[in-house]
Amino acid sequence: MSTPEAGLLVALVGNPNTGKSTLFNALTGLRQRVGNYPGVTVARKSGTCDLGDGQKVELVDLPGLYSLAAASPDEQVVIDALSGNIAGDRRPDAVVLVVDATNLLRNLFLASQVAELGRPVVIVLNQADVAKEQGLRIDTELLSRRLGGVPVVLSSAWKGEGILDVRRAIAAALDQKAVLKRVNWPADIAGALAAVGKAATADTGKQVSVADAQRLLFDTNPSTAERLGWTVAQRESTLRSARDRVRYSGYNPMAAEPLVHYAHLRVVLEGVVTEGLGKAGQTAAVDRLLLHRFLGPFLFLGIMLGFFASVFWLAKFPMDWIQAGVDWTKAVVAPQLDAYPMLQSLLADGIIGGVGAFLVFLPQILILFLFIGILEDSGYMARAAFIMDRLFSWCGLNGKSFVPMLSGFACAIPSLLSTRTIEDPKARLATAFVVPFMSCSARFPIYALMCAAFIGPLYGPGWESLVMVGMHCVGLLFAVPTAFVLTRLVLKVKPQPFVLELPRYQMPKPRDVVWRMWQNAAEFVSKAGTVIFAITIIVWALSYFPRDASVAERIKAANPTAAEEVVKAKVQAAYVEQSYMGRFGKAVQPVFDPLGFDWKITVGVLASFPAREVIVSTLGVTYSVGEGAEADSQQLRKAMQDAKWSEGPRAGSPIFSLAAVLALMVFFALCSQCGPTIATLAQETGGWKWAAGSFLYMTTLAWIVAMLVYQGVSRLT
Amino acid sequence: MTPLSQLLPGQFGKLASLNPERGVDQRLMALGLLPGMVLKLIRKAPLGDPLAIEFGGQVVSLRLAEAENLIVDVSADCPIQRPRQP
Repeated sequence: MSTPEAGLLVALVGNPNTGKSTLFNALTGLRQRVGNYPGVTVARKSGTCDLGDGQKVELVDLPGLYSLAAASPDEQVVIDALSGNIAGDRRPDAVVLVVDATNLLRNLFLASQVAELGRPVVIVLNQADVAKEQGLRIDTELLSRRLGGVPVVLSSAWKGEGILDVRRAIAAALDQKAVLKRVNWPADIAGALAAVGKAATADTGKQVSVADAQRLLFDTNPSTAERLGWTVAQRESTLRSARDRVRYSGYNPMAAEPLVHYAHLRVVLEGVVTEGLGKAGQTAAVDRLLLHRFLGPFLFLGIMLGFFASVFWLAKFPMDWIQAGVDWTKAVVAPQLDAYPMLQSLLADGIIGGVGAFLVFLPQILILFLFIGILEDSGYMARAAFIMDRLFSWCGLNGKSFVPMLSGFACAIPSLLSTRTIEDPKARLATAFVVPFMSCSARFPIYALMCAAFIGPLYGPGWESLVMVGMHCVGLLFAVPTAFVLTRLVLKVKPQPFVLELPRYQMPKPRDVVWRMWQNAAEFVSKAGTVIFAITIIVWALSYFPRDASVAERIKAANPTAAEEVVKAKVQAAYVEQSYMGRFGKAVQPVFDPLGFDWKITVGVLASFPAREVIVSTLGVTYSVGEGAEADSQQLRKAMQDAKWSEGPRAGSPIFSLAAVLALMVFFALCSQCGPTIATLAQETGGWKWAAGSFLYMTTLAWIVAMLVYQGVSRLT
Repeated sequence: MTPLSQLLPGQFGKLASLNPERGVDQRLMALGLLPGMVLKLIRKAPLGDPLAIEFGGQVVSLRLAEAENLIVDVSADCPIQRPRQP
């Protein structure tokens, strides 16, 4: 046996829920690289696989799918990858088809389609342990013979059994190049396929493969024709007459492919599987409980509340540690640079603050993905979507939108990453667009400050908590109509039917869950991290420069007797006032005047665009109480309660009237003030178009609603 | 002949016809739901929609509106051997 050469590429293909990723992890031993396919938000996972004899090949884990019909981006990627049509990627030298051993017929449909590509193939009957438990005996030799002599091996990736056999089978496939037996197309269909292939080749000047011809003939989706550059005018009459030919042979052209393949597979599988005595799985019994008409929703709520509370509360501790670590680093580093105030501020407020600004999201991202991994791998995620679908379907989303929207109440960034679990591209985009409306934990400090300083003292704790709860609902109130309009009127993407397999329940494999969590976190840090860092530095520079020493001297001269702390705060406030940010704030204050914001609030709002939680410390600076201000600072509350308009028609009246307080909170509830969210949105939607749209839409909406609140409430009170 | 959406939980039926032009039906055909296949409505979601059906040893969920165009024959003698539970 000759050994496979280095540089060979092997693709892993299979249905969802077959344990394909577990097998991938077992074969590559976590020596993996994660990237993106060009132009689409489909992850490309590849790794190095040892074939057992020291030879190494590159193994690529293609997205799970049921059919090669090019209906979704995932399916298109698999078709393109298998036919070598992806820029910068080779055509695989062999294909490993991962098959659920408990349901050969349905799984082999995909295999039968892949056979048309004519690549060397290995069939892995995974989850063989479950099949054995159910009493199924599979004659792998017979199956191999019936499929044209391709290697057929049993494995149980979860238990780590049969992995070496898979490695050897890949080596054998690369060596012997055995291909799967193809179906016998009825003469008329074969003729129609040949005619389509010939016409497309002649019109486009490209070599159109048999597999391409099938996609052209059988799919309603024109993506294959578009890729080949076969125009509507060129293809219309050819396809019509080819489909008519299929129809005359007694097949509906849209149904011919599954009908012929399944008929072929029934013959192939004849006598391959024998059913003996075995235990029926627990899945049906568990479903009777978890999907029970009355109990099901309660159990669902319990699981989801537990999940949400964990993301929210468990993450709080590491977040506090990270914050403490950042503060400690600042405190250690800053005094070293007392001689260079500019460098000191750049390092402490800009660089360390910027790194801290995205590190602080990591705990929530890790915990969220840990839970999503458990929910997905156990099989409960599909049930959650089943229970919730009705509540989301009317506004164009689906049951799978629920988890991202719920976790949006903790933080939009991990939620945006979790929209990847939604297969339908339309629902995925709409969900990603409305997730930033959910009241994330970074909005909490401003609500807390405003409620404690104004609502509570004026109207009592009852109203205070009511306003708190109300503010958490404002975003949701606008998110739902937004999704409705977006999916009905704006998005031109064709929706996918919501056909969802409710897979067998399974114990999640800790290694897979932890590994996926780690990959997501690493991707966030490398992609969003750089953008967040850059934005933080820019905002730092805008509020630091220009910095003329005369400002400090003037303040010191004007307050000769005041305590050092007070003078320091006043100096800082004066610097911010005359910084570019302060000047800009004063210049654009008229824009925010209809919302009842003075220039100090305006500066706070502007400085909060990269990260909304900055508002409290910015108000601390502009109201001269120092930047260490927090939501429970008595000093800051007092300063704000005493603040009055110094000029204009409202001169003498308090700035923070009830109308202004409510308007400010509503503005923060709706406004797009989070650099990381925008960066992540751009990453997840594959471009800056949707990110820019989200920013403009949310900010405009926030301005309009806050203006209406201010104008309305100030007329009523 | 009854639309699949009108089956009661627990009821069996034999798929009589579907519409291959529709995306949903294409998905279901890829999963092996072809005319003549025996299926069972297992349950409806707590809010009445979507449905969970079982065929060929698998459980699949689809929406009520999408199940209306799938016509099943409930009077056909559905084999006693039920589709295997996954």
